[in-house]
Amino acid sequence: MASSIASPAPEGGYQFYVTEDPHHDHHGGDDEEHHHETGTMLGFWIYLMSDCLIFGILFAVYAVVGQNYAAGPSPADLFEIDKILLATFFLLFSSITYGFAVINMQQKKQNAMMFWLIITGLFGFGFLVMEVLEFEHLWHLGAGPGASAFLSAFWTLVGTHGLHVTAGSIWLVVLLVQVKMHGLTEANIRRILCLSLFWHFLDLIWIGVFSFVYLTGVLL
Amino acid sequence: MRFSQVALLTGLMFLLSGCNLVVLNPSGDIAAQQGDLIVYATVLMLIVIVPVMALTVFFAFKYHKDKTDSAYEPDWDHSVSLEIVVWAVPLAIIICLAGLTWVATHRLEPYDDLKRISAEKPLDPNVEPLEVQVVALDWKWLFIYPEQGIATVNEAAVIVDRPVEFKLTSNTVMNAFYVPEMAGMIYTMAGMETELNAVLNHAGTFEGFSANYSGNGFSGMRFDLHASDEAGFDAWVEKVRAEGNELSREAFVALEEPSKNNPVAYFGAVEAGLWDKVLNHCVGDDEICLNDMMMVDALGGGGVEGLYNRELFRGLCSADDPEALFLMLRDEHASIKSEIISAMTLLPPAHDAPLQQSTPLEAN
Amino acid sequence: MANVHAIAEAAEHVNNVHWLWGKITWDAHTFPFLYDPIIAVTFAGVIVATLALLGALTYFRLWGYLWTEWFTSIDHKKIGIMYMVLAVIMMVRGFADALLMRVHQALASAGLFELLPAYHYDQVFTVHGVIMIFFVAMPFVTGFMNYVMPLQIGARDVAFPFLNNFSFWLTVSGAVLIMISLFVGEFAATGWLAYPPLSGLEFSPGVGVDYYLWSLNIAGIGTTLSGINLVVTIVKMRAPGMTWMKMPVFVWTTLCTNVLIVATFPVLAATLALLTADRYLGTHFFTNDMGGSAMMYVNLIWIWGHPEVYILTLPVFGIFSEIVPTFCKKRLFGYTSMVYATCVIMILSYIVWLHHFFTMGAGADVNSFFGITTMIISIPTGAKLFNWLFTMYKGRISYELPMMWTVAFMLTFTIGGMTGVLLAVPPADYVLHNSLFLIAHFHNVIIGGVVFGIFAGINYWWPKAFGFKLDPFWGKVSFWNWVLGFWFAFMPLYILGLMGVTRRISAFEDTFYAVYFFVALLGALMVGAGLLAFIVQILVSILKREELKCGDDPWGGRTLEWATTSPPPYYNFAFSPRVYALDAFHHMKEHGATRPTSGFVPIHMPHYTGSGIIISGLLTAMGFGLIFHIWWLAGITFLASVVWGIAHTFNYNRDYYVPADEVRAIETAGNPAAAGAE
Repeated sequence: MASSIASPAPEGGYQFYVTEDPHHDHHGGDDEEHHHETGTMLGFWIYLMSDCLIFGILFAVYAVVGQNYAAGPSPADLFEIDKILLATFFLLFSSITYGFAVINMQQKKQNAMMFWLIITGLFGFGFLVMEVLEFEHLWHLGAGPGASAFLSAFWTLVGTHGLHVTAGSIWLVVLLVQVKMHGLTEANIRRILCLSLFWHFLDLIWIGVFSFVYLTGVLL
Repeated sequence: MRFSQVALLTGLMFLLSGCNLVVLNPSGDIAAQQGDLIVYATVLMLIVIVPVMALTVFFAFKYHKDKTDSAYEPDWDHSVSLEIVVWAVPLAIIICLAGLTWVATHRLEPYDDLKRISAEKPLDPNVEPLEVQVVALDWKWLFIYPEQGIATVNEAAVIVDRPVEFKLTSNTVMNAFYVPEMAGMIYTMAGMETELNAVLNHAGTFEGFSANYSGNGFSGMRFDLHASDEAGFDAWVEKVRAEGNELSREAFVALEEPSKNNPVAYFGAVEAGLWDKVLNHCVGDDEICLNDMMMVDALGGGGVEGLYNRELFRGLCSADDPEALFLMLRDEHASIKSEIISAMTLLPPAHDAPLQQSTPLEAN
Repeated sequence: MANVHAIAEAAEHVNNVHWLWGKITWDAHTFPFLYDPIIAVTFAGVIVATLALLGALTYFRLWGYLWTEWFTSIDHKKIGIMYMVLAVIMMVRGFADALLMRVHQALASAGLFELLPAYHYDQVFTVHGVIMIFFVAMPFVTGFMNYVMPLQIGARDVAFPFLNNFSFWLTVSGAVLIMISLFVGEFAATGWLAYPPLSGLEFSPGVGVDYYLWSLNIAGIGTTLSGINLVVTIVKMRAPGMTWMKMPVFVWTTLCTNVLIVATFPVLAATLALLTADRYLGTHFFTNDMGGSAMMYVNLIWIWGHPEVYILTLPVFGIFSEIVPTFCKKRLFGYTSMVYATCVIMILSYIVWLHHFFTMGAGADVNSFFGITTMIISIPTGAKLFNWLFTMYKGRISYELPMMWTVAFMLTFTIGGMTGVLLAVPPADYVLHNSLFLIAHFHNVIIGGVVFGIFAGINYWWPKAFGFKLDPFWGKVSFWNWVLGFWFAFMPLYILGLMGVTRRISAFEDTFYAVYFFVALLGALMVGAGLLAFIVQILVSILKREELKCGDDPWGGRTLEWATTSPPPYYNFAFSPRVYALDAFHHMKEHGATRPTSGFVPIHMPHYTGSGIIISGLLTAMGFGLIFHIWWLAGITFLASVVWGIAHTFNYNRDYYVPADEVRAIETAGNPAAAGAE
């Protein structure tokens, strides 16, 4: 009466329970611990995808109402593309420096890693400063988020990205403290890799914002 | 279980016998076709639904654990031929239904002109449809008859067997215009114009209402739709004309104040262009009309100055050459004020006052 | 610009913000029970009941127990049970609203009197929809997925146990906000999807829509996190040997459901956030003026909204797919096509959203496209139904309660599916859209599908969770009242829909609908009796638990959740099971496998933590502050929750090893009712 789609019994018959001790060593390296870590990375990836969807909606909304200027200013009237370019380079460089940090982390060079993380954070901060300056400029022109549907979509899209960068920067600072306290433990390495994903993801989103909102806005 | 079903069915028959299923038995040809479609689609689906339900009941009894004489095959879990049936039969039904849907949806598209008056009566190409403009207000219906030059609140009339073309919009929130006896519903939305082509084939007074919840007074958004012959309709129009005063912009501003269970009201005349202003949200104040605004946006936006001087572009759409006017307006407003003012003379009379009033250029 | 009156009112509201109290005014405006007798009585009842409950908990010194064993628990089984408790409580609330509507419509349609003013009635139908979808159906299915799925894949917990606890408390947070809205301020009077412009500041200047937005925003984050968690759990934590095509169907449907959750709830979050921005920051996404587009909201909300329907039904399909083979004593017919059908439904559910607004004038081509894609979904759904049918064929069906619910479901859901396809035909939808026919249709699939499935599942897995069966007598009382009550409640609505009666009406002109509304009221009362009988069933079963004791495998289960004890120890499996076949436990039993009784090893388990409930509590307060524009409260609680969250990451001591001796003690004890042992 064996079931029709059961795998054939291995040598020595079916072993229905995993009876061998998976915890020969309680300090990492075992199967389950390994599983847990990859689980975190997968979970973080899925989170990023869901976040990406939020940005996708904001981009879509921008595409729908981004030309409803309400007889007010259009991108060409507002955007100072040179400053945006500078901000863009800040963010791009921060991604590269984060990459250096990860390389150093893999070589277990904790101080060098922290140095590059600090550089990354400074670039991120520079980006945020540029963004705040831009928002202030628009606000003084009267082009706040309530001035037209285009500006609503613009402020929300760019602002949401900015809030993400802010959150990422706070996270970065927290991580620096934690690495300082506990060193490059497994948990900290995992966190640094997660933030790395997050940071590159934000970079990617920004490239979308830069080309879709700023470049096309100014060029078209 | 079978007994309870029979009891249910009998009860159902009893309930149904006393009622008028308007949706399946309406007085207008469009609604009639839509009702017929419901019946066809239901019958088509019952081809698969009835056997499934019958088999469910049958198997439920047949393979009861106490029926030990029934076959029992605990490991039987697959059958290619059954799987094919399981997927193919619904597929076949859906293909038929999809065909029916495609054809019917295109035939009954509410924006398209009617193809016939009724099953028996073809369309007379010489008869123009009666145009009725419908505005959903909080919480009542305004009907404007451009041909007749009258307007009514919460009451409307049409001519039997003459196609009607409803143009609909909303002054505030979304509503759905629905006369079950005549045709399916269509939404009314602010700043947008929707359309419904329909006809009534029987004389009578039919109920219409909003079929999309729109706030506090929604339940009272009802109106009577009278269908009568030409003479009856004319008499109705005369009655409206005799009883009512003009629906001016001021009267509309008073009318748009929210009200519940609004009584029927008549307007013997309608200010020219009111519908366009309602549609474009510029009846009551000096704001720029939506169509002008959209024209500005399509031409590249009003610039930073536009944030403060939107009104400058009023009437852009009605100008002979909107683009030229736009360029003139945008080409650094301040330096060429006189030219702008002369350009504004292109505008229709309703718009000649605001420029002097708001003096946007001096303000800056 | 159109409605000067409303703007003035809105402006007044915004300007009347006290620095300390925000929009709270110490009068009937904020405290409706001061003038509305219905709310006053409810309020008094709730206060008395709450005080009694709190008193009892204090008297019996249960606070400590609840806190350490439940509220801070990160055991997926306890969290699953807490989800179910939340759902039952909210179901009582949601049903009370339903009954109010039925009574109101019956009396109003008969021309007797109007029980509720429109202002109140509009809130009741809005809150009924919101509660039933977000705080009844969602917690129920999430509870099942949480409790059952990890057991079915032979895992010890979910991938992110703390996140699981946090998700649950975020859901509670949303539910709490909605409950507060009954007594403080008002709820949205916009319909459950809050279409703008009606839900915008101009036309809904009060706090009702803000309650709606913040409670759903907070609960929605919880749902998304839970979705991520369960997907990772299924992908990463299956027992050795459990390949994709050896996963139980419930695990498959859980996977597809949670993929849908992570791929649609962000859409809801973004959409609600944009409406929030319109209301709080003065943006113009969905307003009538300045270039906003209300139809964009309608599209966005349904891009979430239609998959949501399948988020509710797919797990329930999974429940039935477990129950049918078990009670037919037979393998599930067509496992493979069941899996493919589930995946096809998951994908198709994304490309049908426009069928919710055929009547907005999209044009014949677009309408027919979405109509036809909608119909196509009925093919895999039909295939599923056939598969259950052929599982019954040549089986040995025993009609225990779960199977009774299943047969009732198959008969009821079929009708609901048929009317659904009918509504997918655009010209038919032109006359049935927003009618009571539509209401009858979706209650037919939600009650006849989801709710019946939930009751089937509760009766099926209760012995798993507690070690004793539910009382069959009261279960049958509940069953017949629900099933017959459902038909009495909704058949009249089908008919009324065909008579052209639209939904959400609170006042009637004609009295000839009254007879139908009274039949519907009768049905609603029967459903109420069914709900009551269900609660009685649980209480009676708890009292008679010794009598109803049933051992580890009461139904002859086929999947892994039955391979451990009932109730399972907190670590689920002392030894991870190894899987060689679909219906893994059935396969084990065929080969006479038994749980090992020696050679126990330490088990790696996470610590309990109070962070989830504390952060959620702070976020609830933040939501309240935002709703009433009490900015200091919102600011402080937001900062506190961030600080607490960061502090939580400084705790590296998250897990521990259960010593082998303890495992041995539990496994070899006669009754390892180890719920919560730590």
